[in-house]
Amino acid sequence: MTTETKTPEKGDVLLKMRDVRIEGFSDEQWHRIIKGVDLTLHRGEVMGLIGESGAGKSTLGLAAMGYTQPGVRITGGSIEFDGIDLVAASEAEKRRLWGTRIAYVAQSAAASFNPAHRLLDQTIEATTRMNILPEAEARRDAIELYRDLQLPDPEHIGERYPHQVSGGQLQRVMTAMAMSPRPDLIIFDEPTTALDVTTQVEVLAAMRKIVEEHHTAAIYITHDLAVVAQMADVIKVLRYGEEVEEAETRQMLTHPEKPYTRSLWSVRALQKREEKGDDVHLSIEGVDAAYGSAKVLHDVTISIPRGKTVAIVGESGSGKSTTARVITGLLPQTKGVVRFNGEVLPPRLQDRSKEQLQRIQMIYQMADTAMNPRQTVGEIIGRPLEFYLGLKGRAREKRVIELLEMIELDESFIDRFPSELSGGQKQRICIARALAAEPEFIICDEVTSALDQIVQEGILKLLLRLQKEFGITYMFITHDIATVKAISDEIVVMYQGRVVEQGMKSEVLSPPYPEYTRLLLSSVPEMDPDWLTRLLAEREAEQAPA
Amino acid sequence: MHPVLLTVLKRLGLGVVTLVIVSAIIFSSISLLPGDFGQAVLGQAATEETVAAFRKELGLDKPAVVRYFEWLGNVVQGDLGTSFSGRASSGQDRSRPVAELVAPRLWNTLFLAGVTAIIAVPLALILGLTAALYRNTLYDRVVNAVTLTTIATPEFFVAYILILLFASLWPVFPSLANVDASTPFWDRLYKVSLPAMTLTLVIMAHMMRMTRAAIINLLASPYIQMARLKGASQTEVILKHALPNAWAPIATVIAFNLAYLVVGVVVVEVVFVYPGIGQLMVDAVTTRDIPVVQACALIFAATYVILNLIADIIGIVTNPRLLHPR
Repeated sequence: MTTETKTPEKGDVLLKMRDVRIEGFSDEQWHRIIKGVDLTLHRGEVMGLIGESGAGKSTLGLAAMGYTQPGVRITGGSIEFDGIDLVAASEAEKRRLWGTRIAYVAQSAAASFNPAHRLLDQTIEATTRMNILPEAEARRDAIELYRDLQLPDPEHIGERYPHQVSGGQLQRVMTAMAMSPRPDLIIFDEPTTALDVTTQVEVLAAMRKIVEEHHTAAIYITHDLAVVAQMADVIKVLRYGEEVEEAETRQMLTHPEKPYTRSLWSVRALQKREEKGDDVHLSIEGVDAAYGSAKVLHDVTISIPRGKTVAIVGESGSGKSTTARVITGLLPQTKGVVRFNGEVLPPRLQDRSKEQLQRIQMIYQMADTAMNPRQTVGEIIGRPLEFYLGLKGRAREKRVIELLEMIELDESFIDRFPSELSGGQKQRICIARALAAEPEFIICDEVTSALDQIVQEGILKLLLRLQKEFGITYMFITHDIATVKAISDEIVVMYQGRVVEQGMKSEVLSPPYPEYTRLLLSSVPEMDPDWLTRLLAEREAEQAPA
Repeated sequence: MHPVLLTVLKRLGLGVVTLVIVSAIIFSSISLLPGDFGQAVLGQAATEETVAAFRKELGLDKPAVVRYFEWLGNVVQGDLGTSFSGRASSGQDRSRPVAELVAPRLWNTLFLAGVTAIIAVPLALILGLTAALYRNTLYDRVVNAVTLTTIATPEFFVAYILILLFASLWPVFPSLANVDASTPFWDRLYKVSLPAMTLTLVIMAHMMRMTRAAIINLLASPYIQMARLKGASQTEVILKHALPNAWAPIATVIAFNLAYLVVGVVVVEVVFVYPGIGQLMVDAVTTRDIPVVQACALIFAATYVILNLIADIIGIVTNPRLLHPR
């Protein structure tokens, strides 16, 4: 067992950034992204960089390598890596550092591996280019790293192409790739954000172990506080391109000084009091569904009470969204029935009446892609008003304004285009569009997953208020347990296309658990720096023979 | 069966269907044209009886559907039929088999197309890659402007300019490309230099710009940023990380342009008096010489089918997702 080393190592200073200023070009002008940030990192130290999207975390992380994305420039300050001035360094000088002394681990492993090359070749690319190791040795070493990172079949996994391994495995291969030349510093840029919680635990454990073993310094960028608590020795909070505060991890978790940091901490405390519903609003009975020949739902039975929220939880591929597609009629089931208000819904969308369509609405995860970018907010919300309720002209506009007020936006939004809105505002518009049809039942498919925590809180509160006012029933699809606690009355746990468990929130979230529910719940990171260590110890103890 | 092989077989099957459909369309559209071979050859002065007799001799008196299926039956057995021309209502039959008529012309066309392709494809790839490499520099702009100009200029005009420059003002190449079966290889090569240059200028822009666009499109991918952050130089990024993923669109455009070299060069053939298959077809259409037109149409369609098939295969072989399924 590795011991906790959460106190900063008193190594030499490895990275020193002073008053760094960075600008990005958009809408025909330069905007300030980083407004004078200092950062000091010692050898072997792990710093967590947290903040909401737009805080400049990734930009700062890349700047620590002396790299800026196209359309971004460093306008001031100094960045010194091991005595090398990265602001003044030429491209060629920086290239000698990149991938060898400073390595990068990106958010989306699937997109960050070149689809045309085998994993092993990509893993050792930088190592062999700079002749850190001869090729044969680099390959052997990479296989050892794969083994250390607990990848399955470490001898041969490198022969595969990126599309042939899972997301969690790719993320570990990318860590091996970063580690291959034994760099002094690794930048982890949201490396587990795209992963399921159950996968995330393994990846986090693997990353932490290897960083500790090789005594590598790291900057760990994330918006997830619980994750950063497991990884970092010190935490720096960023907002709008400026530092809010920096402190040692335990200190930061227990005694955040700034109100902003405290508000970040408090979001996860939102919790709805569960209420039992007895009137079944929608029920799915013995439903099977398939994409072509691939069967994805197996005998799914779920019952959703009127005016309540049922959260469907599970990892990707568990059949959550497919269930929603069956209910909406986008994917007709191959077996079983869906009953709504006691009457059987025709499986196919085309066979449903306008009234049936009107009563069930859906809100999607990516508000961005769910709205026509060339329509104004007024047109987007007005469309269902006209289609379902036959409202036109003044009456329609009046109703749009009422709906905007309901979602806490004012009427000035009516002429705006989606591109002029923030992520949270876009999701509010999508909610208003669903409300416009005056539905009884709304399916929310990961509606808060793409949003920052504070914005998430706002959206969840809005949904709860609307439920109270209009008695709407929610089916809330999510993989985030904090969201489940915040919004649901009942919980359905799905795994590999089957329902594992359905019950009241308090029952599902407390023991005894079915095996999968326990794995899922125990994998949700907690705001306790010892959580991961404890969890790994527990799991190891379980696996050891009694 | 390996998916690649399966795809190839499927495409070949579809190709055959395409050929049949194309031949039916060509056949019926020629039947729709006013007049027929009899009238075209005998002229306005001929009496109705003469024309009718001549038609009977050629088999033109039978219904079009019957004639089409007779022709199709023969083609399946490898017989492209006999050209109408050379027959006269009276006098001896000097008509020639279509195959004999088409073969030398096809060889000429393929020769010109081959020479052009050997010059144009590598040149377009190199220019496209370097333009992507030095994106937004003066070099990139010049290459883009020049290739755009040549593609925007009508072919015959490019041809005449080249003749003016290289045959008249600075006479290094012949302005006529009149070759025949007896022309030796090097002489033939020399004679097609101007037509080949013309065609190179015409088809290069498309391929070069596609190469450039395909590469630049990929440069925004996260895995390209990753390659840079692993210390890859710009050349390495483009050749090792972008190009292997760009072959599919590039191959498609190359296939399209190579097909054009076979089927679309009649204007250039006319300017240089080059006896290619394009001219043969145009002549055959004017005289309503259906067997020849049909043979040419089949060759053109087959060219498209085969070249696109090759492009698809390249697309599959260079894409590990298709070559190595999960």
